[in-house]
Amino acid sequence: MVSHPRSPAALGAVAFLLALPGGGVAVASPVTDALPAIRAVDHEGKGNAAAAKAWSVIAAADASALPDILAGMDGANPLAANWLRAAVDAVVTKAGGSAKLPLDSLVRFLADSKHDPRARRLAFDLVRGADAARADKLLDGMVEDPSVELRRDAVAKVIARADALKTGEKKEEALAAYQKAFSASRNVEQIQALATTIRELGGTVDLTGHFGFLRRWRIVGPFDNTEGKGFATVYPPEETLDLSAALDGKEGKVLWQPVETGDEYGVVNVNLSYPPPAPPADAKPADSDSQEGLKGVIAYAVTEFVSAEDRPAEIRLGSKNAWKIWLNGSPVFEREEYHRGMEIDQYRMPVTLRKGPNTILIKVCQDEQRRPWTTEWEFQLRVCDEVGTAIHPLGGPDSAAK
Amino acid sequence: MPRLPAILIATALLTAALPARSDDWLEFRGPGGASRVKQGSLPVELSAADVRWSADLPGRGLSGVLVVGDRAFVTTSDGPTQDRLHLVCLSTSTGKILWDRQVWATGRTMCHSKTSVAAPTPCSDGKHVYAIFSSNDLVCFDLDGNLQWLRGITYDYPNVSNSLGMASSLLVTADTVIVPVENDSESYSLGIDAATGVNRWRLDRPKGANWTSPVILAPGLVALQSKTGIEAIRATDGSTAWSYTDGADTVSSSALADGILYVPSNGITALTLDPADPAKQPTQAWRENTLSPATASCVVAGDALYTINGAGVLTAGDRATGKRRWQLRIEGPYSGTPVTDGKHLWAVNEAGLVRVVELGEKEGKVVATLDLGDEILCSPAAADGALYVRSNTKLHKIGR
Repeated sequence: MVSHPRSPAALGAVAFLLALPGGGVAVASPVTDALPAIRAVDHEGKGNAAAAKAWSVIAAADASALPDILAGMDGANPLAANWLRAAVDAVVTKAGGSAKLPLDSLVRFLADSKHDPRARRLAFDLVRGADAARADKLLDGMVEDPSVELRRDAVAKVIARADALKTGEKKEEALAAYQKAFSASRNVEQIQALATTIRELGGTVDLTGHFGFLRRWRIVGPFDNTEGKGFATVYPPEETLDLSAALDGKEGKVLWQPVETGDEYGVVNVNLSYPPPAPPADAKPADSDSQEGLKGVIAYAVTEFVSAEDRPAEIRLGSKNAWKIWLNGSPVFEREEYHRGMEIDQYRMPVTLRKGPNTILIKVCQDEQRRPWTTEWEFQLRVCDEVGTAIHPLGGPDSAAK
Repeated sequence: MPRLPAILIATALLTAALPARSDDWLEFRGPGGASRVKQGSLPVELSAADVRWSADLPGRGLSGVLVVGDRAFVTTSDGPTQDRLHLVCLSTSTGKILWDRQVWATGRTMCHSKTSVAAPTPCSDGKHVYAIFSSNDLVCFDLDGNLQWLRGITYDYPNVSNSLGMASSLLVTADTVIVPVENDSESYSLGIDAATGVNRWRLDRPKGANWTSPVILAPGLVALQSKTGIEAIRATDGSTAWSYTDGADTVSSSALADGILYVPSNGITALTLDPADPAKQPTQAWRENTLSPATASCVVAGDALYTINGAGVLTAGDRATGKRRWQLRIEGPYSGTPVTDGKHLWAVNEAGLVRVVELGEKEGKVVATLDLGDEILCSPAAADGALYVRSNTKLHKIGR
């Protein structure tokens, strides 16, 4: 994640204590008494001193307190969750290992998908450490689990069954099983491996639609980014989005133009829109380190995402260029880093979509380095929920023909 | 052997008056980042029998090992997105894991495939262990695994990250943990109260990827290295004591020995600290561009310093002048910085070959080789007569 709302100081400390599995009310104990101090920690070390005292109480607890400690992670900020995560280790170590853990309570905790996904995954790991067969059986009901890691392991079981079918030369059944696994998976490596296998078996997959990559944009540029100064420069698209206007670019007037990437991972290669001018016929061969492509430039890309409802979502971006993103005119995040790498879901940005049209604007900056690894001027962007399930605009996936 | 300059002797006396360090290995490359050990404390003849134990680790990493008394500490990461961050404590006598504490990454875990989320080496004040990860999650545990405090530096400052991975190691001095999190975007070094985890100061630093680690120049005074050079910072308030502005490397780090800071700048540049007041502007003793460390940092012992270049060539230089004495090809590449006692040097290449090099006045000679059969990217730790090196799967103890 790249942005985190600052949590309210009180953080509903009393409310969460009531939220036990089955709606029961927690019995006050040293652990439940200590949890509010842990949950009050916040940015820049706020609450650390009180949390340290509370931690020593929780870490000294009996293993029977583990479900309460795990429940303490529900709605907690990531720092508070980490205090509790470390406490779980201390409790388990003190208990002498996983064999002495309250497995039935942990399984009940795990079964309640309203609990924090990471806490549930931790409960699963504790159960698995004590009784691997029991844990493995639990996975059968988790292919659609809100915990990405639990879902990943559940999908891995489906893949193992599909592999067995494939080995037994039951191609059609294997393909169906792989398709089921593909549909359920939210793990990038798993999805990519499944896509390869399904295609080898003659099946089809829609990677663009599965991830929810946006393929259709309007793009304008290039604007000046000499010495990287354009990153902070406010060019017209940041002030007014008039897609019919001719704008003052780096070398003259520039116009918005439609772009539709054919890359199934939604990579928009900006270089294709702005190829460098052809060198003069008598030019010397380029330096072996130099690469083609405009340098010291900026482009803007915009798309409209029509949401069926007001809802929380994540914009997930990959880019090895510096960038800024706005949603409906409001800045979401920015990053000034060039050519350090790019991957799917490199940046996760929680946002709120509004019902109807939403405008996503991205500024993509290219620096002036001229090395082989500095050629790329590109991005890939998708809209999904916090689990990674694609949220499609009204009208269907952006992979569909329109 | 040429006589050492008076300044070295004077500063050695000054150092001797500082709080004594035990045989522990409390930070990246040991005291002063000089990778020095007591002469004769490490085994020169090596065989497979010298591998006392090899312990399985719960995750990947290339951070260095700390040794505090009879405990070794190492960080790892695991999970599908490497977001499970471990600080692991092992018995130095048996290799048994005494405790393993996890937190989840609150910052980004993306990094180059050769490095790891567990890249920075932790540090210790002898009572606590301070550990940071590439995600910029920072934790403090006591030696028994009791959590004292934690921070999420990227959670606090969301643009603190490097998509190739962060790797700068921590230091603790004057009750302040020095936390360099320098990168292309939101580039800082922080001084954090060692007792509470709260900022004492946060310093804007040059924007640019930086994987170098700081060095303690004197109690409460640290050298921060970046592409612009060296800044000596007072640990308690973050104020600048002095600056060296001729640029410096962003991968290999400086080393301090006997009052001289050897900076990877234009080759190696030696800066002589004022023995009476290291916070005063140092003088440049020499600069030698034939000494060119690559990933591994330079090491210092006796009257020489040693660098390993990108071709795996070990170069010995005269500490008094910087002049090259000899070169020896020791098959690389090397990611980790060797350790030396002045008579021998122990270097571990990425293929896991431990080489013992006899360091002569006119030449160096490989006198022992041990194949660990394991990819080693860390800098070895040395304590109590043993070397500690870790891989993505194991921690090996070699020696006594």
